Amino acid sequence: MKSFWKHYRFLILRRTVQITLMLLYFGGNVWGWKMLQGNLSSSSVLGIIPLSDPFAALQMFFAGAMITTNLIVGALIITIFYGLLGGRIFCSWVCPVNIITDAANYLRRKVGFNQIQKKQPASRSLRYWIMGLSLVLSYILGVTAFEFISPISMTHRAIIFGLGLGWAAMLVIFLFDLFILKNGWCGHLCPLGGFYATIGKKSLIRVDHNEENCTACMKCKEVCPESQVLFMINKSSEQVLDGACTNCGRCVEVCDDDALNFSIRKLAKEKK
Amino acid sequence: MVSERRKFILGSVRSAGLLALGGLVWSAYVDEVTASKLILRPPGAIKEKDFLATCIKCGMCVEACPYDTLVLAKPGENKPLGTPYFEPRNIPCYMCTDIPCVPVCPTGALDEKSVSTDGKLDINKSRMGVAVVDTKNCIAFWGIQCDACYRACPLLDEAISLQYDKNSRTGKHAFLKPIVDSDICTGCGLCEHACVTKEAAIKVFPREVVLGKVGDFYVKGWDKKDQQRLKNAKEIKTKTRLSEKKALDNLNSFNLEDF
Repeated sequence: MKSFWKHYRFLILRRTVQITLMLLYFGGNVWGWKMLQGNLSSSSVLGIIPLSDPFAALQMFFAGAMITTNLIVGALIITIFYGLLGGRIFCSWVCPVNIITDAANYLRRKVGFNQIQKKQPASRSLRYWIMGLSLVLSYILGVTAFEFISPISMTHRAIIFGLGLGWAAMLVIFLFDLFILKNGWCGHLCPLGGFYATIGKKSLIRVDHNEENCTACMKCKEVCPESQVLFMINKSSEQVLDGACTNCGRCVEVCDDDALNFSIRKLAKEKK
Repeated sequence: MVSERRKFILGSVRSAGLLALGGLVWSAYVDEVTASKLILRPPGAIKEKDFLATCIKCGMCVEACPYDTLVLAKPGENKPLGTPYFEPRNIPCYMCTDIPCVPVCPTGALDEKSVSTDGKLDINKSRMGVAVVDTKNCIAFWGIQCDACYRACPLLDEAISLQYDKNSRTGKHAFLKPIVDSDICTGCGLCEHACVTKEAAIKVFPREVVLGKVGDFYVKGWDKKDQQRLKNAKEIKTKTRLSEKKALDNLNSFNLEDF
């Protein structure tokens, strides 16, 4: 039991956070709870503190919408929060799509797709291009372009406000990640993930690799949804500083050799 | 041999092509879903075009609505995804005097000022749409007595009034015809909800879909205030080229054999 907790502690915590947040939002809509109202695009905490998706706010700006102070404050709070803690903490600790893509990835590993198709036929920098494209299209079309197709919004709205055909979007992502591209949505396409990766470039919570303890079992690279950020495994002791790291903690918990741990970013560069 | 330069050029062109393809499909889709004009927005909603740019789709208006009137457009409903709307035949807007849906809007897509008089919320100022009567299928226009919409209207005798006309078919009855005053109608849809016919004979549509626009060339000559609008009317110069020939020549040039 103890080792189960050790091996899944972050996963369990993440699912708890994700589900609790969705439950609070759901209760906000259905039972009138005040804790968290709205959804991940914009919400209010206890009816006082505004929170807003900064990427949506940015698209609104490009679409030529009037921007209210409420929105700016909300977007700033979110930006600072994730900017400090780790941009893509949103992806692995909050975003409900993460549960879908993790499930697809889990199946891929179990079925052994990853052994058959080792090299992925797409670039992970695609998401930054899509992020740019979202802004360009928002400007051209005069609407928040990504918000009208975002499967993330579709999913959390489906959970909070009712499903509609929202299940189709979820299924598409699941199948895409399962059969077409490993970590396809979250790791290659999602512009929101790209946006948070950009915000969190200098964030403070970072995974630290201690090469001396490493036995090169490569379990961490196998579970990591952004395995390219773990390039230093068994090579050098350093922190995972790539913004694409989602701080999901899977690598930390699968490591049996205490070679990976959460740490605070070293601000001054150490000399070797 | 394939040089690095060639690979790079091919790679760049391929990415650019992919991006252009994705962008085109993407914008075509967004253009398509945002083109739907027949959608009724919550009270205080700004112009549809601005609304689509400003609404962040958080659903706080939906949560604030005590009657579950407002819903967010779900995938498959062919409406701008995630934006709030209502269908009065299902649940109309009950015109809460404290308008809970408007002040909660974080982005100003629902504008408090547009539904306020002297700084106080005033739901009667909302313009969600306008009711239109189908005079062929409204049974009151047949001469059957029905005033369901008239009675349901929260601005009774203002937004909908009854026009009494003689029923010449019977010679001794009156038509009580419901007439909508589009200046006063808020588009709440209580009339559409109350209508007794199988498919409502009075329906609410977005104002810009239904209402015409006179322009500045027609004014009410008996109304001094309305005449002021003439000032805005800019002269339109139409040029008709005159024939250089004299009229007589024109007649004389006919070749009679042509007729």
